[in-house]
Amino acid sequence: MTTATAQPTTKLWSGGKSPFNVSYGKLMMWYFLMSDAFTFGAFLISYGTIRFSQNVWANSNQVFNAFPFTGHANLPLAFVSLMTFILILSSVTMVLAVHNGHNMNRKGVEKWLIFTILGGLAFLGCQAWEWTHLITGDHEVLVNGTLQHWGTTVTHNPWGREILFNGKEVATPGPIAFGGYFFGITGFHGFHVFSGVIINSVMLVKTRLRHFEQRGHYEMIEKAGLYWHFVDLVWVFVFLCFYLV
Amino acid sequence: MSQVVTAEVFHHNDNAQVKRIWKTFWILLVLTILELGIGLTIYTIHKGDNPNHTLVLMFKGLICIFTLAKAFYIVSVFMHLGDEIRNMIMTIIVPLLLFVWFIVAFLWDGNSWKNLRNTDAGSRTYIEKVQPKLPAKEKGHKD
Repeated sequence: MTTATAQPTTKLWSGGKSPFNVSYGKLMMWYFLMSDAFTFGAFLISYGTIRFSQNVWANSNQVFNAFPFTGHANLPLAFVSLMTFILILSSVTMVLAVHNGHNMNRKGVEKWLIFTILGGLAFLGCQAWEWTHLITGDHEVLVNGTLQHWGTTVTHNPWGREILFNGKEVATPGPIAFGGYFFGITGFHGFHVFSGVIINSVMLVKTRLRHFEQRGHYEMIEKAGLYWHFVDLVWVFVFLCFYLV
Repeated sequence: MSQVVTAEVFHHNDNAQVKRIWKTFWILLVLTILELGIGLTIYTIHKGDNPNHTLVLMFKGLICIFTLAKAFYIVSVFMHLGDEIRNMIMTIIVPLLLFVWFIVAFLWDGNSWKNLRNTDAGSRTYIEKVQPKLPAKEKGHKD
């Protein structure tokens, strides 16, 4: 007995029987996610290739060391840990929504979906803060013999090798690829989170309108859940590639 | 009919399922905290006077293993792939094995690129042998 598959009473595939004991829609969601995994994988591997080809790379503990309302305190990894925690927690609330759907408990589905949406919004808020902090933060960089103040953008990387200038250590411009990859990949992931929030909101409205109750099963919540967990899964790897190693 | 039977089975397993979900949450949280601890350890090692690069590499490998464990728990428990039938699991997992080659090949390539960047890699002498009178601006132009 598979505990995961809610057996929809809808018609099976036209062959008369699903080869994988799941509905067509759910299987195709899995294949979509697999293709999406290749897209993210290609991005991350490309990032890895460029990073491996460089002699210097931005030190993540130096770049991501800020936390809201703490000024210039040096807190490496703290804020991104909070973001990771939020996303894991929202994944748990999503799986609880799916679980309540199995039990045909409409109130439960609504409650946990709301928590999931809030988690997604909180994550997006954190990301907005982090991006703003990186883009607007200014760092002293030695460019062509003069000191300039740079933020981290897709065209400026103030996190290069440090050299002695007038008796103090200052950074030089780092590989330009850093900002492009960071904003590109976390932006693509953030866009997934955003669309996940939209999908979950649609699911919430449909649940409230009792659409799934009338249909007799909550399989749509399961499909939305698969998408949401995938977003969490991708973050696990983004967290690894950009912040940890 | 089948709807009724399934609902009963679910009700029976209800507490066990919810327990499993929360247990997975704690596992993920502990793994993340461990990753964090190692990350901060690496940070401390890097701050030191003589960073031990082998040790850093080992710690990074450990973080990668923890990440894969987290991915396994998310896919297997939260996405319920572990509860699907074997053939379906295989249609998802087997294509993803391509990643093994992707990662090895591309990182290898990146590393080789760096080596070429840092050495003359023979290219300059080769060009000079074939065309001895290259314009001066070509000389030493690297990066």
